[in-house]
Amino acid sequence: MLKQVEGSKAVAESVALCHPEVICAYPISPQTHIVEALGKMVKAGELAPCEFINVESEFAAMSVAIGASAAGARSYTATASQGLLFMAEAVYNASGLGLPIVMTVANRAIGAPINIWNDHSDALSQRDSGWLQLFAENNQEAVDLHIQAFRLGEELSMPVMVCMDGFILTHAFEQVDIPSQEQVDAYLPPFDPRQVLDPAEPISIGAMVGPEAFMEVRYLAHAKQLQALERIPQLAKEFKDVFGRDSCGLVQTYCADDAETMIVAMGSVLGTIKDVVDEMRADGHRIGVLGITSYRPFPLAEVRAALSRCKRFLVLEKSLAVGLGGILATDVRMAVTGTGLKGFTTVAGLGGRPIPKASLHQLFREAAQETLAPVSFLDLDWNAVNKQLERERQTRHSGPRAENILHDKGIASAAKFG
Amino acid sequence: MFQVRIHGRGGQGVVTAAEMLSVAAFGEGHHAQAFPSFGSERTGAPVVSFCRISDREIRLREPIMEPDALIIQDPTLLHQVDVFAGFKHDGYVLINTARSFDELGLGELIQGHDPAHWCTVPATEIGLKHLGRPIPNVPLLGGFAAISGIIKLESVIKAINSKFSGKVAEGNIAAATEACQIVLAEKQAAAQGA
Repeated sequence: MLKQVEGSKAVAESVALCHPEVICAYPISPQTHIVEALGKMVKAGELAPCEFINVESEFAAMSVAIGASAAGARSYTATASQGLLFMAEAVYNASGLGLPIVMTVANRAIGAPINIWNDHSDALSQRDSGWLQLFAENNQEAVDLHIQAFRLGEELSMPVMVCMDGFILTHAFEQVDIPSQEQVDAYLPPFDPRQVLDPAEPISIGAMVGPEAFMEVRYLAHAKQLQALERIPQLAKEFKDVFGRDSCGLVQTYCADDAETMIVAMGSVLGTIKDVVDEMRADGHRIGVLGITSYRPFPLAEVRAALSRCKRFLVLEKSLAVGLGGILATDVRMAVTGTGLKGFTTVAGLGGRPIPKASLHQLFREAAQETLAPVSFLDLDWNAVNKQLERERQTRHSGPRAENILHDKGIASAAKFG
Repeated sequence: MFQVRIHGRGGQGVVTAAEMLSVAAFGEGHHAQAFPSFGSERTGAPVVSFCRISDREIRLREPIMEPDALIIQDPTLLHQVDVFAGFKHDGYVLINTARSFDELGLGELIQGHDPAHWCTVPATEIGLKHLGRPIPNVPLLGGFAAISGIIKLESVIKAINSKFSGKVAEGNIAAATEACQIVLAEKQAAAQGA
């Protein structure tokens, strides 16, 4: 049913349609509305049988999800930012053990300095954990990706993160088509676990594995991701057959056929990028977009194919590989190895910095003219940065850097509009 | 695309107002997108929310920097926050106040603008009268329907009924309706004056 609804509420309804049997979560912005809504549904008896477990931390949330999944229950949790870091050890355990937990990550920056706003640093910090990572462009896709995530994860017996931009999507009211229970049931079969902890037939899960077998077990996680590369497009097609809309897949392109300049990005910023591309095309620029939905597994062949006809590409990413440049860009550049394509990386939107159309217009024009630096930072206040660097050159006791920057920019606190 | 920016303070229902406006617009068959300013919301702190209304899918995710309409839920913000940043010359302004634009210190600013696009409504008093609480957000939506004509009062009432029930819904509907009538009368007076 098409309705105007908050992104978090829509995702909660989507998860509920998948009938998880155990939901465990610890509140952290901007994820909280999702599990609050699910908690209400469980309490009201609308989602049954399901146990909602309040835990004392994110580490406990993932640990409970691991236990529940190993006992054969469809398990779900959600987190963000520091919460994801706090559960990191258990995140690796879930994938190492091959437990198909689905987790929403409401993408948020990582401190310090503490910041509750959106970027992709949290999810990307776990890119090598073995979890599949799917990124939603809008709330419809977030809804659809959760349903596909349960199907995909359970087929492969691997956990899946569905990543959606914190606040920008989680707190946005927009129209979303919430599927019917019949549609979801037709698409998502009951969970048939490959391994179950059952007192009647005791087994152990999580044995210590030494040098003689560790590489083989670890390789299996990689093998599963390679399988996912094949299954994700098939599952997207099946999804279309049941739900009647194109949703998800490995990558999506926009105006790419004759594009000389391609913009590569993940998540909600793709919407703003497409609006800018429409306006630039009206001015005669041959520019297109490659949106990456599946960040892990990373679709090297599809990315290479999508960029094969362009002359240059720009990766716009909400993440920073400190000391290197781009995180997503590194993978994209690997995909185009040997093609001689000119590539640029722009880091944008860290800690919720708005990514306005006006800034993108200028950036994309510079990319088209190939006048950009290999790595650039959108709307970075160089005056503030240089002032602090100069301060550090002048005096040993230069003080706390975040407080200095806030002071230099005349900001009393971080609570600002826009 | 029509873009609305709502300024108020934490506790005044600023975010809820944008959400309900989006529900009202959706009810009329439009695409609508509402979102908060993503701040750490505290009671009394300046808060901003946004609502876009369009007949096409809304993909844009930037904050609203050039609003077609401003709803000011708290007039004390006028001299604290740059509420008029990016405001379009022919846009609409609706301020919650029982005072005049001159009394608010906006007499000069309003010069050269269409007076029918600038209205005030005592939304806090209307909220107190009908709901017993000084919450101006819903009456202002009734006023917004009148000043802009972008949505109908009936759609605001439907949005109220989808969010509230019983006496709270009734009170909000009465408040929105009264505010709508006040603003309509102001617009007519401005048109005649012109």
